[in-house]
Amino acid sequence: MSNVLSLTTFLPILGVLLLLFIPKDSKSVLRNVTLAVTLVNFLISLTILSGFQTNAEFQFIENMPWIAAGPFVMRYNIGIDGISLWLVILTTFIMPIAVLSTYTAVEEKVKEYMICLLLLETGMLGAFISLDLFLFYIFWEVMLIPMYFMIGIWGGKNKIYAAVKFFIYTMVGSLLMLVALIFLYFKGMEAGITDFGLLQFFSLKLDMATQIWLFLAFAFAFAIKVPMFPLHTWLPDAHTEAPTAGSVILAAVLLKMGTYGYVRFAMPLFPDAAHKFAPMIATLAVIGIIYAALVAMVQEDVKKLVAYSSVAHLGFVMLGVFAFNTEGITGGMLQMLNHGISTGALFLIVGFIYERRHTRLITDFGGLSKQMPVFATIFMIVTFSSIGLPGTNGFVGEFLILIGAFESQLRWWTVVATSGVILSAVYMLWVFQRVMFGELDNPKNQKLLDLNAREIAIMVPLIVMIFVMGLYPKPFIDKMEPAINKLVSQMRVAPVNAQVIPVGLPAGHPAMEAPAAGPTMMPAGHPAVAPSSDVNTEKTVNPHEAK
Amino acid sequence: MDMISIPVVNMTPILPEIFLSVLAMVLLLINVFGPSGQKSYLAYISFFGIVATAVLVGAGWGGHIESFSGSVVLDNFATFFKMIFLLAAGLAVLISDQYMEREGCNHGELYPLILFTVVGMMFMASGTDLMTIFLGLEVMSVSLYVLAGFNRANKKSNEAGLKYFLLGAFSTGFLLYGMALTYGATGTTRIYKIASVVGQMTLPSANIMLVAGMLLMMTGFLFKIAAVPFHMWTPDVYEGAPTPMTAFMSAGPKAAGFAALLRILLVAMPTLQVEWSQLLWVLAVLTMTVGNITALRQDNIKRMLAYSSIAHAGYALVGLTAGNGTATAGILFYMLSYTFMNIGAFAVIILIAKKGETNGNVMDFAGLGFKRPVLAVAMTIFLFSLAGMPPTAGFIGKFYLFSGAVQKGYIWLAVIGVLNSAASVYYYLRVMVYMYMKEPTEEFEWTQVTAPVALALIIAVAGSMIPGIVPSIILEYAQQAVKLI
Repeated sequence: MSNVLSLTTFLPILGVLLLLFIPKDSKSVLRNVTLAVTLVNFLISLTILSGFQTNAEFQFIENMPWIAAGPFVMRYNIGIDGISLWLVILTTFIMPIAVLSTYTAVEEKVKEYMICLLLLETGMLGAFISLDLFLFYIFWEVMLIPMYFMIGIWGGKNKIYAAVKFFIYTMVGSLLMLVALIFLYFKGMEAGITDFGLLQFFSLKLDMATQIWLFLAFAFAFAIKVPMFPLHTWLPDAHTEAPTAGSVILAAVLLKMGTYGYVRFAMPLFPDAAHKFAPMIATLAVIGIIYAALVAMVQEDVKKLVAYSSVAHLGFVMLGVFAFNTEGITGGMLQMLNHGISTGALFLIVGFIYERRHTRLITDFGGLSKQMPVFATIFMIVTFSSIGLPGTNGFVGEFLILIGAFESQLRWWTVVATSGVILSAVYMLWVFQRVMFGELDNPKNQKLLDLNAREIAIMVPLIVMIFVMGLYPKPFIDKMEPAINKLVSQMRVAPVNAQVIPVGLPAGHPAMEAPAAGPTMMPAGHPAVAPSSDVNTEKTVNPHEAK
Repeated sequence: MDMISIPVVNMTPILPEIFLSVLAMVLLLINVFGPSGQKSYLAYISFFGIVATAVLVGAGWGGHIESFSGSVVLDNFATFFKMIFLLAAGLAVLISDQYMEREGCNHGELYPLILFTVVGMMFMASGTDLMTIFLGLEVMSVSLYVLAGFNRANKKSNEAGLKYFLLGAFSTGFLLYGMALTYGATGTTRIYKIASVVGQMTLPSANIMLVAGMLLMMTGFLFKIAAVPFHMWTPDVYEGAPTPMTAFMSAGPKAAGFAALLRILLVAMPTLQVEWSQLLWVLAVLTMTVGNITALRQDNIKRMLAYSSIAHAGYALVGLTAGNGTATAGILFYMLSYTFMNIGAFAVIILIAKKGETNGNVMDFAGLGFKRPVLAVAMTIFLFSLAGMPPTAGFIGKFYLFSGAVQKGYIWLAVIGVLNSAASVYYYLRVMVYMYMKEPTEEFEWTQVTAPVALALIIAVAGSMIPGIVPSIILEYAQQAVKLI
């Protein structure tokens, strides 16, 4: 099927049309239909995965005329490469889980809720597959609307404040990006570019001043979405107030829009400016890591704690991505997936206990492990994954990020960021201890039921992925590697023009010397990894054994 | 006898105007001699009359006929704007009957007055002589004064009519004075002749009489489009006027004002562009900012939309400041989409409000989202379109307006524009917050949606959504329309 990408993206819309004909009182029908739609969509996306050729090219391309008016030509131009592939799969993977998590959590306005979920899925998938800048912008903005309603209608006490804040924050950033987009288009037009197609703009040479302005506009929009310190304040509010499924999707996919935006747009479009601002962004990322970890530590609300841990994790992603080398970006990409899985799982866990006790305050709990052993086990695994314990997915990503960043000009930033790893262990283990261990002295907690079959079914895929990605990340890395190498080579042309050669790079660093992107361009003899032809497995297996 | 020669006049360009005027007069007669009481049939007749006129206007697409010795022209630019006016009038007629019946002021004169307004606006768009444009503006304004005060039992409506009349008359004075000065400076009132005279001036900006004339004319039109600092009448008039007329006023005359401004500034005075665009830059920023900031604080939804309408005039002024093909096509597109989304929003307001114009606060929308989901979704689409969210027509319109500014190098103007747009999101979201996220304070009966209002809503929703997804269907026409002026 040549248009399988469109099918994945717009199948949820068909689902919405289906839902419209189901009476609003048949809640279980509504839920099951939505679940079926998302499951089918996941299966379809698996055919994309299996049909994906491991190379650096964009695949499953569909390119059709859409708007041609005045100076602008917008095309329905979509396709995926190894970077967006996994984010598409992550999205379709998380959606059925999110839907399943609402079966008992949402009792009111089920129909509208399911419609919001499906619209959101289309928006997210569309943003990941767009190869036309204008099309991307449309999806990017459209995503806001269902999320806004999800927070605002089904949210907690402070939902309206959180929803409006979420909307306006994102809107301000994206509107500035829109102006930059228009400006970029006119610049491209002068150079003979004929439409908004992203790939053409990669070869566009812009002078430094232009790059800086455009990069700032893009980076600002994405930084809000990531969110990076100090633009993160909408996130704890949104997360705390959002219903569980909303939080899961927000953490698992929506935040990735920001980091994906850097990887796909801001960095390769404006490589010189990206190099220039890398130290600044790394600084903000590191501040985010440490600050969010410290703030997370003192939270009384478990959900807020998880929200702040998101900020810290995304800080790691940003650090890795702005290392501009294969390890860093691979780590960043993996960590995006990992964060999606483990933080999504954490929000589900918070959702489980909230549904039972209608409180999320840490002090209201204690000793739950005695009452809920299955829950305790799952919570523990997810906690380890979030901390980045070897054997879980979190470790692989963080490790690659730290290696990559250490090898780049961001060495000293990395040193500071490493303490964030320890801090994350502190707050996660501490909260786990306070909730799960100790005396089961609260009488309300003594009657708690352990997870039921549905809840276990929600968690099993996530737990499986935690271990699969932790123990054997090779397939994931293999598929994304060519695309990442291409990105690295795109980024490498930069320092020559702009003369901002990274100071931290040792002379003769492989990242500087290696030839232009080839399909298997993992630098041989890289100082951080043992000399081996199969670097991918080496890199991830070695550290395990070392521990 | 041969002293008097009757010039050969081609009536084709003004056929739609003639048709509408005759129809309006016939309607007046029917109103007097026809059955008393129910006046709905007048609404139907005028609606079908408007549709027929639209067909007549549409048939003229692609032609270029000058007539009356160059004081009226039939071109795509005029045709596009005429379609906007007819659309605004058609939608206004559809939503009027139910409202006027409820408010007890269903006097038959309403419909002829709407039609006369349209005739006036049409002459503003097709006039290529300052006098034609002036006459068109007067026909439009005088009818509008009456329409604003149409609910004569309501004090606020009376206030609106009187206020609009006094300030409007004053601004017309400015306009006329400006036209006189322009005539003095160029020796003609024909726009194309002014263009050639001004074009031959070595330094037109040094001609004080011409510049003063231009500024005074701009004042007159900027008043009609409610640009800051000539906007003071807007909130009171919009709030006081009967809601369908507010809807009509916010869309039609604004478009007419832009039609006249575009033709005068771009055709007659392109060599003065540096001067007028500098001025418009400032006015655009002021208009957007004042409109949006004041709208943030409004509880009365009609007042809120009045201020938002000021802000929208500001967005369109951004396009006028740029004055290039992208932006002017953007203005045409935006005026059309604004007609759909704004009249749509007012239609919903009519259905929420109760007799005596009560229930017109944002809070009164509480709970609408789940009590009347279809109506609420329609309102949501209008509001998102007004806010400029994709995939709505409002977004594409703003995109082209701001693109024009960027293309012309006014990047900061575009930045200020989008930031304003972001601020405006707040008050549009506020309505949605009440619709979806708050429970109604008291149970009350929702007004039934009559068939004409439903039709208006369907048209408005389609018009706010479809051009947002496939903008080419409108943009192509808009671009052809601005090519010829």
